[in-house]
Amino acid sequence: MCLAIPGKIVELFPGTPHLATVEVAGVRRKVDLGLLEDNLPESGDWVLIHVGFAMSKISEQDALDQMQTLRILGEDEQAMQEVRGYGLEGFDDKKPS
Amino acid sequence: MRFVDEFRDPEVITKTAEEIRRLADPSRHYRIMEVCGGHTHAIYRFGLKDILPSNVELIHGPGCPVCVLPMGRIDDGLALAQQPDVIFAAFGDMMRVPGTQGSPLEHKARGMDVRIVYSPSDALKLAKANPNKHVMFFAIGFETTAPSSALTLMRAKSEGIRNFSLFCNHVTIIPAIRAILDSPDMRLDAFIGPGHVSTVIGCRPYEWIVRDEHKPIVISGFEPLDMLQSIVMLLRQLKSGEAKVENQYKRVVPWEGNRAALRAMAEVFQLRPYFEWRGLGFISQSALRIRDSYAEWDSEQRFTVPGVRVTDPKAAQCGEVLKGVLKPAQCKLFGKECTPEQPVGALMVSSEGSCAAYYNYEHRKAMATSLAWPA
Repeated sequence: MCLAIPGKIVELFPGTPHLATVEVAGVRRKVDLGLLEDNLPESGDWVLIHVGFAMSKISEQDALDQMQTLRILGEDEQAMQEVRGYGLEGFDDKKPS
Repeated sequence: MRFVDEFRDPEVITKTAEEIRRLADPSRHYRIMEVCGGHTHAIYRFGLKDILPSNVELIHGPGCPVCVLPMGRIDDGLALAQQPDVIFAAFGDMMRVPGTQGSPLEHKARGMDVRIVYSPSDALKLAKANPNKHVMFFAIGFETTAPSSALTLMRAKSEGIRNFSLFCNHVTIIPAIRAILDSPDMRLDAFIGPGHVSTVIGCRPYEWIVRDEHKPIVISGFEPLDMLQSIVMLLRQLKSGEAKVENQYKRVVPWEGNRAALRAMAEVFQLRPYFEWRGLGFISQSALRIRDSYAEWDSEQRFTVPGVRVTDPKAAQCGEVLKGVLKPAQCKLFGKECTPEQPVGALMVSSEGSCAAYYNYEHRKAMATSLAWPA
């Protein structure tokens, strides 16, 4: 829950500006951008994600460092489990929203 | 220290550790509290204590949301979920936390519809997918997760999703720090401030700590180098007799915080007059409730909450450990009745709880050493 997971914005949706697809270590999921509405990220930007919401924009280097920190903390698997769980994929509705 | 080689700039880490030794006055004992549970976990995991001089002591603070949640709130949430056609949704961290009748996971085994979600927005999605059920999201967390809960309720309202409510247990970090500073058996010199909470609230809310209490505070990142640099910054302040708020984690934490997140929180939440914290007791204005304009999405306004109060087992000394008065291993139950596999107190449940962190890294290490010792 308190994990900050770094992800890269790979797709934005003009019709729903508060949603974006992020990629975290090869896994793609939709996250909410509502908490960055004052400074919306663009495709290619890196963000820190908390519980499915992008919370801050960060540099690519900081994103890579954060992933390494999670790895060394032994929390990278937990982080990937969290990311894979976003959107209830795999256990409830199969369709991405 | 473990893992140094895996980090960037191992040389800088060594130099920073030397700087700490140079700055720490051998005639003084420094008590520095890391407020955030994420820092506690990192400190044990990295073995930071091994490279700090013995007179620089790190005290573990109250910043683990699972750990400070009183058992009565878990009982209340589970009681609401006993009603027909209710789905109980919560983060995975909550699933093993014991209530008096067992954890959410144990209730699931007895037939309750309990779901793990990784985001409050997924709990809302669950409500959309199950229009004939009511989804209750058991929300916990400090200011890191509260904005996401707020935004989820705003979306529920704007989309008119009425079979969804939030059982709000969000707490705020500043009153907890104040309660610890007011505690008569506590003597602290400085604080390592929480990193991710501060991305939301920024650095200003800490200014009273330096103004009223004259204690330095440095907002810190989570890498070993971040924390060592923060300790250097604190020791420099202590040496010069200064007390100010400094931000070591500038790459993520803006001084002003995240205004959009603060707006969402202000739209949906207001302060409760008081709230009970496990181990710390009742603290005034330390938690959030849902505003009346969102009453329909507030589990507590929508249903009748039993309002259970459960006192912790007398032998457990969670409160003293939480305030940093006792070390985890000094609790009578530590490693005996209370282990990560069979937790009695909440500090043993979460990996960010100081007891679980201590058990997983220090206690297991000590046990392995004693077992390896030739007879």
